[in-house]
Amino acid sequence: MASALKVQEREVVVPGEILAEGMEYLPSYGTYRLGDAIRAAQLGLVRVDGKVIKLIPLAGRYVPKRDDVVIGKVVNILMSGWMLDINCAYSAVLSVKEATSRFIEKGADLTRILALGDYAVTRIVNVTTQKLVDVSMRAPGLWKLAGGRDFSVNTHKVPRIIGKQGSMVKMIKDATGCKITVGQNGLVWIDGDPEMENIAVEAIRLIEDQSHIQGLTERVHAFLKNKTKKDIVIPKMQ
Amino acid sequence: MNETQKTHILRALNKNIRFDGRTLTEFRDVSVERGVSETAEGSARVKIGETEVIAGVKLAIGTPYPDTPNEGGLAVGVELLPLSSPRFELGPPGIEAVELARVADRGVREAKAIDIKKLCITPGEKVWIVSIDICTINDAGNLMDACALASIAALQDTRFPKYDGTELDYRTRTDKKLPLTKLPISVTVHKIGSAFLVDPLPEEEEAAEARLTVATTPDGTLCAMQKGGDTPLKFEEVNAMIDIAMEKAKELRKHI
Amino acid sequence: MTYTKRLDGRKRFDELRPIEAKAGVIRRADGSAYFRIGRTIAYAAVYGPREMHPKYLQNPKGGVLRCNYNMMPFSGAGERVRPGGSRRSKEISMITEKALSSVVDLSDFPNAAVDVFIDLPQCDAGSRCAGICAASIALADAGIAMKDLIPAIAVGRVDDKIVADMDYQEEAYEDGPVADVPIAIVPSTGEITLLQMDGEIPKDMLMEAIQLGIKKCMEIYEIQKKALKDKYKALAEVVEP
Repeated sequence: MASALKVQEREVVVPGEILAEGMEYLPSYGTYRLGDAIRAAQLGLVRVDGKVIKLIPLAGRYVPKRDDVVIGKVVNILMSGWMLDINCAYSAVLSVKEATSRFIEKGADLTRILALGDYAVTRIVNVTTQKLVDVSMRAPGLWKLAGGRDFSVNTHKVPRIIGKQGSMVKMIKDATGCKITVGQNGLVWIDGDPEMENIAVEAIRLIEDQSHIQGLTERVHAFLKNKTKKDIVIPKMQ
Repeated sequence: MNETQKTHILRALNKNIRFDGRTLTEFRDVSVERGVSETAEGSARVKIGETEVIAGVKLAIGTPYPDTPNEGGLAVGVELLPLSSPRFELGPPGIEAVELARVADRGVREAKAIDIKKLCITPGEKVWIVSIDICTINDAGNLMDACALASIAALQDTRFPKYDGTELDYRTRTDKKLPLTKLPISVTVHKIGSAFLVDPLPEEEEAAEARLTVATTPDGTLCAMQKGGDTPLKFEEVNAMIDIAMEKAKELRKHI
Repeated sequence: MTYTKRLDGRKRFDELRPIEAKAGVIRRADGSAYFRIGRTIAYAAVYGPREMHPKYLQNPKGGVLRCNYNMMPFSGAGERVRPGGSRRSKEISMITEKALSSVVDLSDFPNAAVDVFIDLPQCDAGSRCAGICAASIALADAGIAMKDLIPAIAVGRVDDKIVADMDYQEEAYEDGPVADVPIAIVPSTGEITLLQMDGEIPKDMLMEAIQLGIKKCMEIYEIQKKALKDKYKALAEVVEP
């Protein structure tokens, strides 16, 4: 039987749907082979790379991966560290020595560093097969988030919210004067003037809802310009 | 929610701005749709912003209480379905569900919204029992006002099933409506710092120190109240909160 | 005796009641769906993968799928249904779990749970099948890895006729024998994941009914697919950064 692709590049497919027939195509991420056919193993967008077929997931909760920068909320204080909720099925552990380079005496009050309910930007340093997650704050750009508020977004839209080399989020920051941190785990933290914060949140929601539309950057730019009545420069990135 | 997050909410509220852009005394869009469950004798879906609940009324025939032989019965239940929020769990109703049901119940009962004497079939023997059940579909804050409004709208939608004196035929519905009189409207006012607000978002509910639910009848008489939250309220605060609730009740009343 | 004309006016004995399906109807959930067949309505919401409570139910080899079927108190045609679950709802929850679990792959989520809540505001026969149809759309909407969607339908016999998707009146038909056979299938393999029967039916009639059920499941499968695609199709033009 001749091999044939049954779907188009970028088509939305649902679990079980036939993507290709014949042995010439190879199943990759999010797909599986059943007899002659390659089928979708989850909801996603089709990407065909030569003879390799994979899916880009469109929905689903965050799955922790090493080196991801995630925002965590302190939910418990441990013997020598903190338990963080990182917006997924598993909690992360931040140990004292991964939280600060200062010397912390044994038995010290850890809430002076991070209290219950505090948020922190952390990097995942290890994920075991049983999904035990270790995070660290010991690198530039990782810190405790004081004040502000957080909200969750579709994790699969995070790259669009950040933009190429951070251009999209930079434009929102510049326009609104807000501090914004976007975690790979779909948590966004924001702090600024109340009115500007709302504009920034709206802009991020716009990206979430319209990430499929061509000229997204221009749309967000026009939105911000209209709302803030300011001249905004679209950041140029290489 | 810790103090810094609460301070953050308060900073915006003091400028009369909320996280979704509303002013303090502004409701989200409210919609009421009746007849959403054909198996119920009456039903309604209420949406307040993204919050959604469904209320259904079932009628049954039972015996009256010995001390009120001429009066029908009323029971209100709220099911905080785990379908509607990760906060809710399976199992018997918790205190949150019980309070929601009790507050909705008291609004209907104390406003004398139903003329319960007209629910009597044979004094001391047979009366109609009205059961209102409210199920949450999506929890995005302010279930209190949504549940109360849905129960009233479901009562308005209710039609009696056919009853020939011996057998109740649920499959045949008559045109006969419930004997409704003064319908109450409930509005809950929340206090965060020195700010009073209505129709809270989930984070505002979490940050609130106190709340006051006020049910009023069409002529502006108060018929039920419930104070919630850990913080006591001053006399002047109660006064101001009632004023806000009564004002907003006029708006919500357009939906019933 | 023969059953000559369907009681609700449907023209054919294999005709389904009108179906409506939507994905993503409950904002708060990780995935959700609405499924209506005739006068039976099911909502389904998926939460997870999330932490499993109580802890002793955790499975270190993979995530656990948990389903809960619940009729709202006013959803029965007769008296009020007492909330809090019954033996019937417990059993339906279990068979729903079994109908779905063979296609759901939670091996990447040790110790976690995926919870599916099915709640029905209105029932007129076929509610467990409607629940399974809604649940499988909701699972896909939640981005859960699964080999296929699971459609389900009740088939059976009313007197001398093999029928699909009986409503309450047909189930209660009194002038001849009735059998009710809810089934669910994996469309890609044709395998059966839910099979129950109550009533009276000779074996050859039962086999014919099951075959009809498989055929009808494929019709429902198309409706499930469309519900998901309608929600997500706008994303087809995403330009990757």
